Amino acid sequence: MSVMTLTPIEKKPLSFALPVIGAAGGFAGLFVGTAHGSGLLGIAIGALALMALGFVALQILGLGMEKPVRWGIIALFTAVGVMVAGVPGFVLGVLFGWFFSWFIYWIGEGRYRANLAPYLTSGQVLWHYSFRVLCGAIFIFLITPILVVMPLSFNAQNFFTFTPEMLRFDPAGYSLKHYEDFFTSSGWQQALRNSLAIAPVATLLSVSFGTLAAIGLSSEHVPFRRAIMAILISPMIVPLIISAAGMYFFYSRIGLQGTYFGVVLAHAALGIPFVIITVTATLVGFDRSLTRAAANMGADPVTTFFRVQMPLILPGVISGGLFAFITSFDEVVVVLFVGSANQQTLPWRMFTGLREQISPTILAVATILVAISIVLLATLEMLRRRSERLRGMSPG
Amino acid sequence: MSDTTDTGPVLAADGTPLKRSLRRALRAQKIRALALIAPLLIFVLVAFIAPIADMLFRSVENQIVGNTVPMTVEELRDWDGKEVPDEQVFRAMFFDLFLASEAKEHTKLGSRLNYEESGVSSLFRTTGRDVDDMGEVFQDALEEISPEFEEAQVWYDMMSGGDGAEGNTRLMSNQIGRIEQLESDNYRGDAGFVPGTAISDILPNTARAYSAFAAFTHFVDEDVVAEEEPWEAVYAALALDLEDPGTAAALATYDGPGADLLRQAAAADLPQVDMKSAFIESNKDWNRVGYWEVIHTYSPPYTTGYFLNAVDMEKTTEGIALRDEDERIYGILFKRTMFMSMVITFSCIALGYPIAWILANLPARTANLLMILVLLPFWTSLLVRTSAWKIMLQQQGVINDTLVWLGLVADESRLVMINNQFGTIVAMTHILLPFMILPMYSVMQTIPPSYLRAAKSLGATNWTAFWRVYFPQSVPGIGAGSILVFILAIGYYITPEIVGGTTGTFISNRIAYHISSSLNWGLAAALGSILLAVVLVLYWAYDKIVGIDNVKLGG
Amino acid sequence: MKLTKTLLATTALTVAAGASATAQDMADSMTLVSWGGAYQESQQKAYVEPYLADNPGVSATWDESSAEAVAKLRAMNEAGNVTWDLVDVVASDAMRLCDEGLAMELDHDEVLAAAPDGTEASDDFGDLIVSDCFVPQIVYSTTFGYRTDMVPEGVDAPDSVCDVFDLETYPGKRALQKRPIDNMEWALYCDGVAKDELYDVLGTDDGVDRALAKLDTIKDQVVWWSAGAETPQLLADGEVFMGSTYNGRLFSAIAEQDQPIGMMWDMQSFDLDGWIVPAGLPEDRLARVMDFLKFATDTQRLADQAAYISYGPARDSSAPLVGKHAELGIDMAPHMPTDPANATNVHIYDYEWWADNRDDLDAKFQAWLAQ
Repeated sequence: MSVMTLTPIEKKPLSFALPVIGAAGGFAGLFVGTAHGSGLLGIAIGALALMALGFVALQILGLGMEKPVRWGIIALFTAVGVMVAGVPGFVLGVLFGWFFSWFIYWIGEGRYRANLAPYLTSGQVLWHYSFRVLCGAIFIFLITPILVVMPLSFNAQNFFTFTPEMLRFDPAGYSLKHYEDFFTSSGWQQALRNSLAIAPVATLLSVSFGTLAAIGLSSEHVPFRRAIMAILISPMIVPLIISAAGMYFFYSRIGLQGTYFGVVLAHAALGIPFVIITVTATLVGFDRSLTRAAANMGADPVTTFFRVQMPLILPGVISGGLFAFITSFDEVVVVLFVGSANQQTLPWRMFTGLREQISPTILAVATILVAISIVLLATLEMLRRRSERLRGMSPG
Repeated sequence: MSDTTDTGPVLAADGTPLKRSLRRALRAQKIRALALIAPLLIFVLVAFIAPIADMLFRSVENQIVGNTVPMTVEELRDWDGKEVPDEQVFRAMFFDLFLASEAKEHTKLGSRLNYEESGVSSLFRTTGRDVDDMGEVFQDALEEISPEFEEAQVWYDMMSGGDGAEGNTRLMSNQIGRIEQLESDNYRGDAGFVPGTAISDILPNTARAYSAFAAFTHFVDEDVVAEEEPWEAVYAALALDLEDPGTAAALATYDGPGADLLRQAAAADLPQVDMKSAFIESNKDWNRVGYWEVIHTYSPPYTTGYFLNAVDMEKTTEGIALRDEDERIYGILFKRTMFMSMVITFSCIALGYPIAWILANLPARTANLLMILVLLPFWTSLLVRTSAWKIMLQQQGVINDTLVWLGLVADESRLVMINNQFGTIVAMTHILLPFMILPMYSVMQTIPPSYLRAAKSLGATNWTAFWRVYFPQSVPGIGAGSILVFILAIGYYITPEIVGGTTGTFISNRIAYHISSSLNWGLAAALGSILLAVVLVLYWAYDKIVGIDNVKLGG
Repeated sequence: MKLTKTLLATTALTVAAGASATAQDMADSMTLVSWGGAYQESQQKAYVEPYLADNPGVSATWDESSAEAVAKLRAMNEAGNVTWDLVDVVASDAMRLCDEGLAMELDHDEVLAAAPDGTEASDDFGDLIVSDCFVPQIVYSTTFGYRTDMVPEGVDAPDSVCDVFDLETYPGKRALQKRPIDNMEWALYCDGVAKDELYDVLGTDDGVDRALAKLDTIKDQVVWWSAGAETPQLLADGEVFMGSTYNGRLFSAIAEQDQPIGMMWDMQSFDLDGWIVPAGLPEDRLARVMDFLKFATDTQRLADQAAYISYGPARDSSAPLVGKHAELGIDMAPHMPTDPANATNVHIYDYEWWADNRDDLDAKFQAWLAQ
């Protein structure tokens, strides 16, 4: 797709640019207007103001003045925002200003065609960008709940509520006390230690057994392959509540309920499907002649496995391991049944925290975990790139 | 290998026929593959499949009735169900209930039968408290006749028939077996008591009751039988035996220990054994045919009762029938679970398709960055995401606040988006969306973009090119994602619990309720079995249509 | 019954032994089961911390599983592996556990401390000992709280449970517990049934229909809760106008969190919470837990707990000792559900009745909810 920069960028006529900019301004004005009593007035003011700005920026000052004009627009919006709505208005003003200062030039100078094929009709261009906006909205849907949680973790109150102080950006409305609680409470710290004691061991179990089994399954000569696969995948498809109850009764009977080992076993079982799926997927692209070549050259099966096969399927193994780890680290239903007081994990504590005494400490923990997730995801991405280099595939 | 002649079998390098050599190699490969799979398979079978099977077995298991009141079940076998059973059945019930209440098992049976007919529970509980008094009448009477009946040792000698007497080991081991069933335990060794054969022929009820007492005292209470005064039920049993005119005659020639004492008791005037009136006096509901009907219907060791209950039916005297309308709930819940899971699946397709498409068609670096936005929620604690939706959707929540602030919604008419189906659908769509995007993405990645361009250059419009060329190739991704999302959705429990209110909860919530609150584990297992059957059918379809190997999780 | 006698004898023996035994005969750790949150915190501060200070080398672990105590004890018992030492349960659960032989029967006078004036424990606790296995700890009540800033202008603040059913005067959402218990009684009471006839009426099909019909009038305004933390959160958010919850939760939201919430003391449902000892503990653990139980339920300890949470101590002799809140310094007595001013019109819920009819009514209630 990198070949498509050939499209010439040309300045658009004002008869096109100004109405588009005006429409965008009107749309924004609608919201501000309704918030203050009159939507129609808002549309009119917004449209006129933006058209005027667009005219000044594009026609009078021109491209040469782009930088100062853009800063000017941001400043203008910020000032208006502060006048209308105080501190929140400041934030919104900056955002709106930044957006419109970019939008005016993007439309007016025809930059929006820069990355598109030159033969597209304007309808297709419009569709292209509408689609992008739609996808953006879905991404916002995906990510907003997580973003909402973060400021609440700094809440000075003990409820999950945005207090008026917080909305005014009053420092009194914020506090680090929930983080302090997490780091000083022996209960939370014990839960963290338990989670860290259970998840890695469960992961290790599922990864080592799972990888071996996936290699076995990849051979085309396995009898009852489908049935075996179904059994191995079952922990993922059996509704969790059934698994939890079943393990609870069964483990009670064999004395595993309420033991560390019992929780590890249960979590390892839940993590296995992920390892099987990811490792099998990696093995699909695995070139079997490599193992044969190694055997030909005199390597025994163990050496072949560790020196040839393992490095190539390692990304799949690690990715499966991460899934298994997260499964155990985030699992609450099964541990509530199979575990006992001495195996309280972080999700267990979060669950009782939600149920018995709502405390934003949960949100502080969540924020910390999201940060850790980002680190893990970045690791995963780096491994992926490495694997592609190793396999000699081009990225993408 | 050199050219071969067609006269003999093809030979491998070591001279064995190639066919055999190949077969052997194949077998070795098979064995190696199985050896690699075996540890995990055994692990999953033991740690996962066995518990599930064990759990589901509870949905038909009903041994509790037969184990707790075995003699009553036996007596009721030929009962016609028309009127309240006769004295014989009540006597069996008295001895059963006495033993059960010593073992504290009668209330469990009561709660079990209460699932089928409310009121049974209190019947067993109140009468369980009274059985001591019912027996005490006879104890007092016998002790009145001779204080020797108070002596533990006297009883022991009398019932064992004295040193060297022939012992009725069969009776004793029957009673031990009964206590084992009642306590779900296994006992080794002997109880330090065996009833004498002669005395157990003359006093069959007393011997049985005393043996049960002896077994319980020795194994459960861990006391010495000869030092404990027998239960009230043993006195009642003796009174019962002595009522039989044949007993006095048999006693006349008996010369074992305590024979005189027994003859003395047989000659005296003992209160009439009338357990039926005693029971009805304890709780008038024993006079209700309906309750006996329940005991009778649910006496076999296996039952379909839980499954019938799980589909809103019940056993009545006229056979199997639907429950009253105001008690039908599981049909509604199953239908709702299916319906909402479908809606969630469709929302996931609608939202996931564009995202998967754009991820598959953007340059790799950008796509991988955006992929983090998909995976981040996937890896954030489920509890946190659910709470976040609660914060977003509630009436004083982020979305309503924003809408009100923008003036789109009046402050008085804030939208109700939580504690209903909408809340569950939104939150679960969000939670399951990554499971839709990832398989779709992995399928779409394999569709070459040149196909679309070719279609367009051949004159197809955007829409035709997409619908006729691209979409059909992406269908396996949709299929994979849909079934994955659907299977996960119908088993969900925590999210509907928190944001679902009353109209947005699933069948899993009910299963959880029966496991941890109402303790109706059999019903929970029956509901779970039905749910699992649905999931397995879907899994089977999934495997048929897509193949389980084709699931990819972003790797 | 013989079993009871034997059990009591064993208990008495063990306790007698426990009293004179050296610490070596007792286990040095305990697993206590409670409800989590502020309530467990109050137990930790009032009972456990002082006990551990007196008994160095002993440790206590909390398990927040009281809500599933009966289910879990049953499974533990099936497996013959009881991992809990002392379990905090509501009275109805204690009765059930006792009936099923999952909890140990106790001789209260033998195992519990007498009041400072020498009154025997069984007299000091009085009627609150609803089961031979149960050692009462607190009296709590389920009652209503409301947002003071949502009371319509010109109308008095709600002060009767029937105001919950009055949508005209008090428009707004209500939070009710997602179970028939209490709600059915309140509905009938507000439909004109006399307090002492509630259970007679509820025992008939017509009575159930009547209660559900009354609840129907507010059904679409109700947010149903199932965990104790929900109503305070809903009230704090302004999501509901009125909501039922445990009085201690309301106290904490009002006094400790400073929320604009008012308390309604009318037809609150009285209930008990206390300890049970699981049956079948090994001797060393039993000795330890009996030692702790005696300490934790003495007059002073029960009064101390009230400094952290507004639940009434179960001993008569503790009531005069109830002091001030540990942090806020306010008098706790007027916030107790047992305070005479608060207990003018209370609802005593019938354990027996509910034990028999719970499954039945629950099926009807849930079907009604789902419609």
